[in-house]
Order: sequence, then C-alpha cells, then structure tokens
Amino acid sequence: MTGRDPLGRAPWILVVPAVLGAGVLLVPLAAMVAATDPRGLADALASEAARDALWLSVSTSTAAMLVSLVIGLPLAWLLARVDFPGSRLVRALVIVPMVLPPVVAGIALRSAFGRSGLIGEPLLDLTGFAFPYTTSGVVLAHVFVALPFLVISIEGALRSTGSGYDGAAATLGASRWTTFRRVTVPLALPGIAAAMVLAWARSLGEFGATITFNGNYPGTTQTMPTLIYVARQSDADAALALSLIMLLVSVGVLVALRDRWLVTA
Amino acid sequence: MTLAARLAIPGRLDVEVDAEPGDVIALVGPNGAGKSSFVHALAGLQHAEGSALLGGRDLLALAPQEREVGVVFQDQRLFPHLSALDNVAFGPRSRGEPKHSARAAARTWLERLGVAELADRKPAQLSGGQAQRVAIARALVTDPDLLLLDEPFTGLDVGVAATLRIELGKHLADFRGITLLVTHDALDALTLATTVVVLDSGRVAQVGTPAEVAAQPLTEHVARLVGLNVLRDGDRLRAFSPAAVTVSRHAPADSARNRWHGVVRGAAPHGDAIRLQVTGERDLIADVTPAASRELALVPGQEVWLSVKETAVTTYDARADAASD
Repeated sequence: MTGRDPLGRAPWILVVPAVLGAGVLLVPLAAMVAATDPRGLADALASEAARDALWLSVSTSTAAMLVSLVIGLPLAWLLARVDFPGSRLVRALVIVPMVLPPVVAGIALRSAFGRSGLIGEPLLDLTGFAFPYTTSGVVLAHVFVALPFLVISIEGALRSTGSGYDGAAATLGASRWTTFRRVTVPLALPGIAAAMVLAWARSLGEFGATITFNGNYPGTTQTMPTLIYVARQSDADAALALSLIMLLVSVGVLVALRDRWLVTA
Repeated sequence: MTLAARLAIPGRLDVEVDAEPGDVIALVGPNGAGKSSFVHALAGLQHAEGSALLGGRDLLALAPQEREVGVVFQDQRLFPHLSALDNVAFGPRSRGEPKHSARAAARTWLERLGVAELADRKPAQLSGGQAQRVAIARALVTDPDLLLLDEPFTGLDVGVAATLRIELGKHLADFRGITLLVTHDALDALTLATTVVVLDSGRVAQVGTPAEVAAQPLTEHVARLVGLNVLRDGDRLRAFSPAAVTVSRHAPADSARNRWHGVVRGAAPHGDAIRLQVTGERDLIADVTPAASRELALVPGQEVWLSVKETAVTTYDARADAASD
C-alpha cells in the first residue's frame, strides 16, 4: 500500500473475489513447492532422462517460437493491414486451434502430416522424411498450438499502433516492405515480444498434441510434460521434483524477459 | 510543373483545383467540407475518382510511394522510434540514397528549420512547434513537386504558430513546387496563400486571391473566418465589418432596413474591442469598446438592437464565378 487512495477504500465485494482469484492461482504452486523433497530435486536434475527432456522442451519451444514468428508475423500483418476477400473467415479459422482440445489437434496433425496423411504421404514419397515421432514433429505440434496465440496478439499490437505511420512512410517513398521493416515492426515491437513469450510458454506446456502426434521417445520426442506424465505413474515424488524444475524454468524466463521486453506502458 | 486536379469521392467530394508553380493554395472551409479528404486523395492515402495531373503525370494512376508529394500531417506522424534526424532522412533513404548522404540532407533541412540542435531527440522529447518543424523538414527534404500541408498550425500555442507561420512563409517563397495548405485559420490563408479555395459540403464555393475572398466572402464560414458579417439579399450579398455595427438596448430610430433585434450569445476580447456574438433574426458579430460593453451591460442573454449605416455596407454578386473574375 502506498498512501491512501483519494477515491477511498477498495470495496470488499471486489477485494474478496480478487483475493480468492489470486489464491486459486498461487496455492497449488505453493503446495507443490512445499511437497517437494529438496533432495529429490537434486536427483531429478541429475537424471539423464530429465535433462534430455528439459533440453528438448526448451529447444523445441524456442524453435517453435521462431518458426511461429517467421510465418505468424506476416499472417498477423496481412490480417491487420490488408483488406482481402475472406479475411474475416481466415481470422476466425486462425483462432480454432486455440479452442481445440490438444488431443484433437494431435489427431488433426496426424491426418495432415502422418505417414499416410494428406501432406505426409507425398512428403514421405518425395523425401523419405516423416514428421511423426521426430523432434521436428514435436516442433510442428508446438507451432500448431502456439501460432494462433502469436498471430492474434501481434495482430492486436499492429492494429493498436494504427496505419497512420504506414501512410506517412508511403508518402515518403517507402515501399510496403521497407515500411514493414522500418516502421510497422519497430512500432509493434513490445507487442511482438509479448506474443513471442506467449508462444514460447504455450509450447513449453504443450502435452496433448505432442504425445498424440509424436509418442514419447526419450531424447527425441519426450518433453518435460510427457516425462512428468510418465513419471507420475511410477514415482510421484520424482514427478513433483520435475514439475518444480519446470516451474522454476518458466518463472525464470518470464522474469528475465519482463525486465527487458514486457514493460509495456 | 502545373497541377490540374479534378477529384471526386462519391457522396463526399467533387472539387477542381488548378495551380501554377510557386502557387500556395489555401483550402478553407468548415469541418467536413472535404479539405483533408482532398489532400489525402492527392497523397494517395484515400481513394478518389477523377484525375490529378501534375506536370502531365496523373497522380491517381501512381502508388503513393511514386507520387513524390511531401505531406505535413495535422498530427505530424513523426515516427516515434526514430530520432528527428532519422525521421527527416527517412524519405531520402526510402528513395535509395545511402545512409550518410540521406543524413547530410536531413541535417541541412533541420538547420534551415532552426532545429538542428534537436537532431538526436525522439519525437516524444520535442514540443509541438519543434515537432512541426521536423515534420516540415521531412516533407521538404525530398524536394517534392507538390507540398501538402494539412492544418500545420493546429494545436500549437498562438505565439509558436505565429513564428512558424512567418518562417513557413519564407520557405514557401523559396519553394518552386506547388503548395496546398489546408487551414482553419484566416490568418494562414491571408498571409501565406496566393490563392484561396473555399470548400463547402465537398464543393468549391469560391476561388480568389486572399484579398478578394476576404473582402467579398461568399460563404458564411469564410465571412466568420475573416471577421465580416455577410447577409444574403436575393442574388446579392451585403457585407459589413463588425466595427461598423452600432449596439443599443432600445430600438434605434433610423432607417428600418439595417437594424436587427437579437440576444447576446457570447462576448470575447478581440484586439482592443469586445466582440459580441448576437443571435436573432440574423446571426451577427459586433465590436464594441470595453467601456460601452460595461455601460450597456452586454452580457450573454441580454437583448440588444444592432444597426449599421448603409454607407458601411458593401454589396456584391453572390455567384462564385462572378466574384472570382
């Protein structure tokens, strides 16, 4: 509390549910921390399976974030700036994976990129490569679930900066590509950075689509969430320790990025 | 390089403007008259039908990037993430100049506008007048054939606007291209323009030199801008200065033609006088001395009689074409 609010006390009818809301978010995490045996944490960190899974999670999430950015930023720009037929439909479809149960997302990915899938089969015939059960498949699954979050939040950032500056750049002779690079993106940078963190976090927590599409192979497709799920069935303490590691990594990244990028007015 | 623009935006605008090199055309008119739409259409930021021939090239057939027009926006639209210098260098760089020569050109223009020492500041660190100077430098650095100024002094302090107006006048005198100046302010039109184009409801209501338009305004809006009372009398307009109006509390005894009954709606200082807004059978303005204003208790709500001597009234033809001859 910093001094008295000149408008008076916050009313109980708002404070009570607000405290309850914060509690619902924090209590389970605190309980998890309290229940974890610190020695178990060291053991978990020492295990090769955990380190592999953690590395795989972090690297595939980072890769998925970058892939999402490369294809998602142009898509968000198109939706925010170009009036093309069917743009409303495209915007609606982009959101669908956000509301799709992850298992369904995995099955959809299988239909498209599975060995006998719509794209997967010709791809396999042409190159001998197939996505399922590979690390690339993990990245693909992550992109599928993270991309909508990235596109929607970048589109919002692009809309809120408005097209007035784009118009000014055009009158100064800048092509649309130059304007995009030198004006549109720099102005939306805080929003783009926030969208990247959101996409990364969504990837890190991805479980359903990944395990449905890629199975659970240590070293290639076993990410932290899948490892925790498997460990939970045999050793609850190990699962707790692994969960705590994931919590620490997530919070660590959020804190590190918040100071640099996420301080938006 | 001449400009011959005939632009139409269905339902909103249908305007013809012609200009010679060196001309400064002031576009005046009430809000919604289409002034900004016309300028944005010339810049390519708004779709319009018709043609805009600038030195024989039809601007409407070109993308905004290829039109080589300079635009100063009402809200400046300086890129907030770039320094003043890089804002001005943006145009030359976008047109393919290397970074160092673009910056050298930008520095020269910042110097001409008197803001060279602010080159490294971001727009958020500039005052309104400074930002507008940078915006003018940014529009002129590319040496455009057509300079579009959309209410460049709106939102500035009165003193800042006055200084900038004088300086802009100097730059416009040196500028070989054509300038279109959208303005709300009679002073801009009268001091900077070579030609005044009055727009009303998306159409040209009057074209003339500043002196002609100020002496014989054809629209109520311009009459108010230049501070004249204008009354329509059939095909004729009758104009008289607010200083020529006599204000009294009781009906004057002289000729019935030039007297009106009304209620004071507003009173504000105007030079050495108090300018009264009076509404009644006619909406009129009248200047009285502060002493008379006190004596007659001319506060809003007061009923008054206004009269003017016939010798103080100028009568002229109401048709636009006749007035512009």
